[in-house]
Amino acid sequence: MKQCIEGSHAVARIVNLCRPGVISAYPITPQTHIVEDLSKLKADGEGDFEYVRADSEFAAASIVLGASAAGVRTYTATSSQGLMLMAEVVFTISGMRLPVVMTCANRAISAPINIWNDQQDVMTVRDSGWILLFAEDNQDVIDMHIMAFKIAEQTKIPVMVNMDGFVLTHTFEPIDLPTQEQVDNYLPKYVPEPGQYLDTENPVSLGCFATPADYINIRQDLQNDLINSKKVIKKEFVNFKKAFSRGSSDLTEYYGAKNAKVVFVALGSVVGTIKEVVDEIPDSAVLSVKCLRPFPAEEIIKKLAKAKYVAVIDKSISLGNEGVLATEIKATLRNSKTKVQSFVAGLGGRDITRKMVGNIYKQVQKSSSKLTFIK
Amino acid sequence: MKNNLAVEPGSSAKNKTGNWRTFVPVIDHDKCIACGTCARVCPEGCVFAVGDQALQGKIFYEKDLDYCKGCGICAEECPVKCIEMKLEEK
Repeated sequence: MKQCIEGSHAVARIVNLCRPGVISAYPITPQTHIVEDLSKLKADGEGDFEYVRADSEFAAASIVLGASAAGVRTYTATSSQGLMLMAEVVFTISGMRLPVVMTCANRAISAPINIWNDQQDVMTVRDSGWILLFAEDNQDVIDMHIMAFKIAEQTKIPVMVNMDGFVLTHTFEPIDLPTQEQVDNYLPKYVPEPGQYLDTENPVSLGCFATPADYINIRQDLQNDLINSKKVIKKEFVNFKKAFSRGSSDLTEYYGAKNAKVVFVALGSVVGTIKEVVDEIPDSAVLSVKCLRPFPAEEIIKKLAKAKYVAVIDKSISLGNEGVLATEIKATLRNSKTKVQSFVAGLGGRDITRKMVGNIYKQVQKSSSKLTFIK
Repeated sequence: MKNNLAVEPGSSAKNKTGNWRTFVPVIDHDKCIACGTCARVCPEGCVFAVGDQALQGKIFYEKDLDYCKGCGICAEECPVKCIEMKLEEK
């Protein structure tokens, strides 16, 4: 049954339905409502998890790391500076192959200090070895959370669900929130692998020191498993679609005219605005990248290679180069004749309007500049 | 995942760390007065007495090169300077 609820509230409700064992977090705008709602669920006796209050994001991430190493399902959420403070632990969690699930309510990075939405925060941990999912709307957000636990626990790779701060976290929209029974049917109880978690009956050490003889092998393992996780993610997208009759079965979603002349590429909620523009321009389309890591290069080649112009709209920038996703799309399409251009927009919460997207449609066809700021 | 990341107790003994060394301590047993300072100051605990008593009633000290990282503290602290740090050819 659809309910009109706030994105953050929906995340708290769905995380509770996923039956985590330990949640730890430190509040930061715009993630705050998620963790407030979770601690309220716990205080009201509606949540069967331990909620550990932390004195910083570094501590929160370390607490879920430890709890996950002890063999329980764990969850945390953060934003922006909080993710920066967590960064060291973010890399450790994936390196230790712990299936932590985190929500990142995407927000700009200081300085100048700014609490509004862009996606610079997640881009700074892009290479940390986490699976990075991007939600377009709040239905997507909650569906991705249910899948995130299942994907993380199968692959032993942590999953970060990215939802645009305020645009999604603070927006009320109709959401089909599954029942406990539906979630239980899809997401089995978490059973850690014997001998691979901290257990006083069967003592092991995790996160040990590795000399040059082992380190590169372990890193290569993580790389191979991340690449192979594409199959698991796709399989779970399909399973989810079967169980809940909604969602996409691909890691990228193409919307608009078939073999369009101009294709926009973007991550997250801005895809909704772009779809409205695409509806008005007959020879255009948009490709929503739902999973940035592992990078779905094969799908992108298949869906974009015939486009004449590709406009990549980034809400982040690799300072000193160009939009982060733009670089990757250019590299992916290096063997096709498609002209790819980088457009950076919406930094620090600046609205990306339909008019701006319309301008990008015109600019990508005539301009040849490497990077264009859309303001 | 090919590599098992969980490590069972006691496995540190299997991991040799002596190959980090650049300089290797060489003890001159003729000059050694068997005071045992080298064994006490070794941060790795890998300098130890050899046998009961050797010639002239002296106890000899030696080091376990599987774990000696060549820090040179034993040579620095030796009161009779009978330990020389030599560049190790590998």
